[in-house]
Amino acid sequence: MSNSDFLRQMPGDSRSMSNPRSISQRLHIDIPLLVLLLILAGVGLSVLYSASDGSMATVLRQGRFLSVAFVVMIVVAQFHPEQLQRWAPFAYIGVLLLLLAVDFVGVGAKGAQRWLGVGGFRFQPSELAKLVLPMAVAWYLSTHPLPPSFRHTVISLLLILFPTVLIVMQPDLGTSILIATSGIFVLFLAGISWAFIASCFGLVGLMAYPMWEYVLHDYQRQRILTLLNPELDKLGAGWNIIQSKTAIGSGGFEGKGWLQGTQSHLDFLPESHTDFIIAVLAEEFGLRGVLLLLLLYGLIISRGLWIASQAKHCFGRLLGGSIILTFFVYVFVNMGMVSGLLPVVGVPLPLVSQGGTSLVTLLVGFGVLMGICADERLVHQ
Amino acid sequence: MRRRQQLKNTFYERRVYRHRVTVSILIVLTMTMILVGRYSQLQISDYDIYKTQSDRNRIQLLPIAPKRGLVFDRNGLLLAENIPSYTLTVVKERVRSLDDTLAIINEIIPLSEDDIEQFRKRLSRRRPYEAVPLKFRVSDEDIAKLAVNRHRVPGVEIDAQLVRHYPQGELFAHMLGYVGRISEREVDVIDPVNYSGTHYIGKIGLEKYYEELLHGTVGYQNVESNAHGRILRVLERHDPLPGGDITLNVDAYVQQVAYEALKDQRGAIVAMDPHTGGIIAMVSAPGYDTNLFVNGISSVDYNALQNNPDLPLYNRALQGQYPPASTIKPMWGLAGLHYGVVTPATRIADPGWFSLPDDSRRYRDWKRGGHGASVNLEQAVVQSCDVYFYELAYKLGIDRLHSFGTRFGLGDVTGIDNTNERAGLMPSREWKEKSRGGHWYPGETINVGIGQGFMLATPLQLAVATSVVASRGELRAPRLLASVGEEAVVAPLLGKMEDVSSAHWDAITRSMEEVVNGARGTGRGLKAGLTYRMAGKSGTAQVVGIAAGAKYDSNAIHARNRDHALFIAFAPADDPKIAVAVVIENGEHGGSVAGPAARKVMDAYLLGKPKSDLVPAGTVGPVVTVSVGAETNE
Repeated sequence: MSNSDFLRQMPGDSRSMSNPRSISQRLHIDIPLLVLLLILAGVGLSVLYSASDGSMATVLRQGRFLSVAFVVMIVVAQFHPEQLQRWAPFAYIGVLLLLLAVDFVGVGAKGAQRWLGVGGFRFQPSELAKLVLPMAVAWYLSTHPLPPSFRHTVISLLLILFPTVLIVMQPDLGTSILIATSGIFVLFLAGISWAFIASCFGLVGLMAYPMWEYVLHDYQRQRILTLLNPELDKLGAGWNIIQSKTAIGSGGFEGKGWLQGTQSHLDFLPESHTDFIIAVLAEEFGLRGVLLLLLLYGLIISRGLWIASQAKHCFGRLLGGSIILTFFVYVFVNMGMVSGLLPVVGVPLPLVSQGGTSLVTLLVGFGVLMGICADERLVHQ
Repeated sequence: MRRRQQLKNTFYERRVYRHRVTVSILIVLTMTMILVGRYSQLQISDYDIYKTQSDRNRIQLLPIAPKRGLVFDRNGLLLAENIPSYTLTVVKERVRSLDDTLAIINEIIPLSEDDIEQFRKRLSRRRPYEAVPLKFRVSDEDIAKLAVNRHRVPGVEIDAQLVRHYPQGELFAHMLGYVGRISEREVDVIDPVNYSGTHYIGKIGLEKYYEELLHGTVGYQNVESNAHGRILRVLERHDPLPGGDITLNVDAYVQQVAYEALKDQRGAIVAMDPHTGGIIAMVSAPGYDTNLFVNGISSVDYNALQNNPDLPLYNRALQGQYPPASTIKPMWGLAGLHYGVVTPATRIADPGWFSLPDDSRRYRDWKRGGHGASVNLEQAVVQSCDVYFYELAYKLGIDRLHSFGTRFGLGDVTGIDNTNERAGLMPSREWKEKSRGGHWYPGETINVGIGQGFMLATPLQLAVATSVVASRGELRAPRLLASVGEEAVVAPLLGKMEDVSSAHWDAITRSMEEVVNGARGTGRGLKAGLTYRMAGKSGTAQVVGIAAGAKYDSNAIHARNRDHALFIAFAPADDPKIAVAVVIENGEHGGSVAGPAARKVMDAYLLGKPKSDLVPAGTVGPVVTVSVGAETNE
């Protein structure tokens, strides 16, 4: 990116008005964000290559998913935030209906109904909800003066509550928490009062016991108990965490070297392609690798927050901010759970873990961000 | 709400948003620092712990069991070998569900209830991560079937190992004994390091006695294995030291002849070299197939052996204690000459009974009416005159009998290199006082005079005592082992009767020769076709007491209470090379039942025979060759 490109995006700068628009501008692409995402995807593929024991087929398959996801991202970037705002309420109702459908006619896998079959093609409505929920909350709040009044806050919370409850019922606790969080970020960015936030935390504290006792499924409780003391069940529930901690710890500062991780290559590390892939990276590239990865995520989040805060419209600001903060939550929850800080809730490491659907959802989110960014430029022109 | 509040204040909203983003950045930074802290803790502070754990995951120190030493007979015939065998094993820690796994295996390779029961027993006393055997002797076909289904049963492996095999089976059952899987009790006794790779240990017999020698020293290897326990590569290897190969003094051909001589009978034969103490043959009949015991005998087979009234598991040669009966007479005759109580010329009258002075009880001779008015020592031995030895014993007294008997190895274990040997009994005043708490009565001495009463000896002790006579006073600990590798083993000399004059030895040897060669000898039936000089003595041991005056009627007595038949012999008489003792339970007639067996063994050893009809090593099959008459298809 040239210096002038950068300057053109600064608010109140009028020199760019007469310049012809570059290809990236015409395609609504934010070059720094795209470059960072591509680097991250590259890192992900190289770690996946190692995690899959040098299986080129696995890497190519993931490469195809990535290509599709990046194309989808660019397509989504073409939409104007105001268009998204107009569609938000309808999308929200649609997603609610789909989630209801999943709970009644969904396809099961591993004891949970998360999939909906549409003529041989299966998809997860909860993935859609990850974007549609913050969109709906942002739509609702942006049509009212901010910070939101108590009434608007409660209505927003209800908007968050419906899809969350439906996803909990699938049951998919991890996703439901992340989706609820994305909605709550919108409320937070909209400026709900600190007093309200504080009382919510108090309420959650009070709710914790009945939640534990009546809402959580046995396997979810088991995961939490195992997390607190994995040594209790070394070969059963605690195995994953013990092995991932061993993989991370044995990597040391410098790591064992690419393709040299014994924990992953000798099959001690479970789920090494998907949710536990950070352990492969930590084992082979050491703390150095982990810090560089965090730096990469940090840059993406910084860029994302900067784009969101430049948005002229309230809707874009709230949605963009929520998308990028949720992105960070994914990183934190994944890295936290693999290192034994948090319960194992089944959250992939963004852009690094193997997987198709979640990747598309993620890049659709960045597409929305880029659309906001492009909108900002148009305003200045 | 009032209208004024409904208006949007863009500038204010932006300020609130920027404030919230700032707070968010702070939170993001804090949480990132938490992650950095966590990963630093794992990768820097606790690096050593996890590095060790990671290595322990993949690197295992595996013991390599040493190859157990082989056992050969004196002619190099293999008596105990190691054959490859495939064992199906299960590592419980690597199995998802034990019951499911067993069910799947059962689909592929049918398991018997006994297999599963034994497996669960072994499972309860395994070491962590130890591969516990489920089924032994798995066929190649079953291995292939299992390989196809391997993914369904993680933690299940086929283990190739060498397993002990006894090609001669029951022929050497009691002598060799057998190895078996290490039991819970043995685990506490053995060296845990040296036996870390070993599954088998000598349980009984020679295998147990020479366990240390046969076992060898364990080796080890460092291997890298994956999470499924599959070994990927060997990082380091130290070879084990194999156990010593041993050669026995035993001649398998003589052993076979001896065993066949006892066919369908219960009894024991021991043959040894009187000059070296080397055991030439030692059998106990009936025998059993020791191969059954190697991998744990099934309860059905074991009960069959245990409940067999012929007691095949009982090693009669070492454990059977029988009254030596008349076979003791040559030794007592020698004692009489040695102590000067009698001379070869001393004659007594035998009216058919003997009684102590001032006692009305009559000690009867086996021959009604006695052996005549004038019986000397030689005649007494040849015809087995009881009255002569009643009187001799009375004159010698129990103290001299005990001290002289002890010099033939009676009343104490011989010290053979084998297990479970019993000591027999050479009674004395001291013994009676200790064990029965009473005085020694003169009448008890009279019974000792004909090897009855309290006296007991094992067939091995009789063979040793016969060797002492044959070698003119050399008492040796009998030895099965001839050499380890190239190194010869010499049987220790325990005593030498140098104080006994050679004239006395001559007299006794001559009388024993006459037993076989004399016209009135109790073993005269053996002399037909004899090409060497054989000296012997028969014995018929009473199993139940016969009331005074009653006649022994074999038909009226239960078969198990009939007299035992005994025979001792050595040959050639002038230069003895073999001494034999035969005991046939309920055989009734020493000279005509036990004697021929002794003759066969001596013929086999001294005259030799082709040794081709022995089962060659390495084949599994019937153990004792049974000669079947030529059949024609007419």
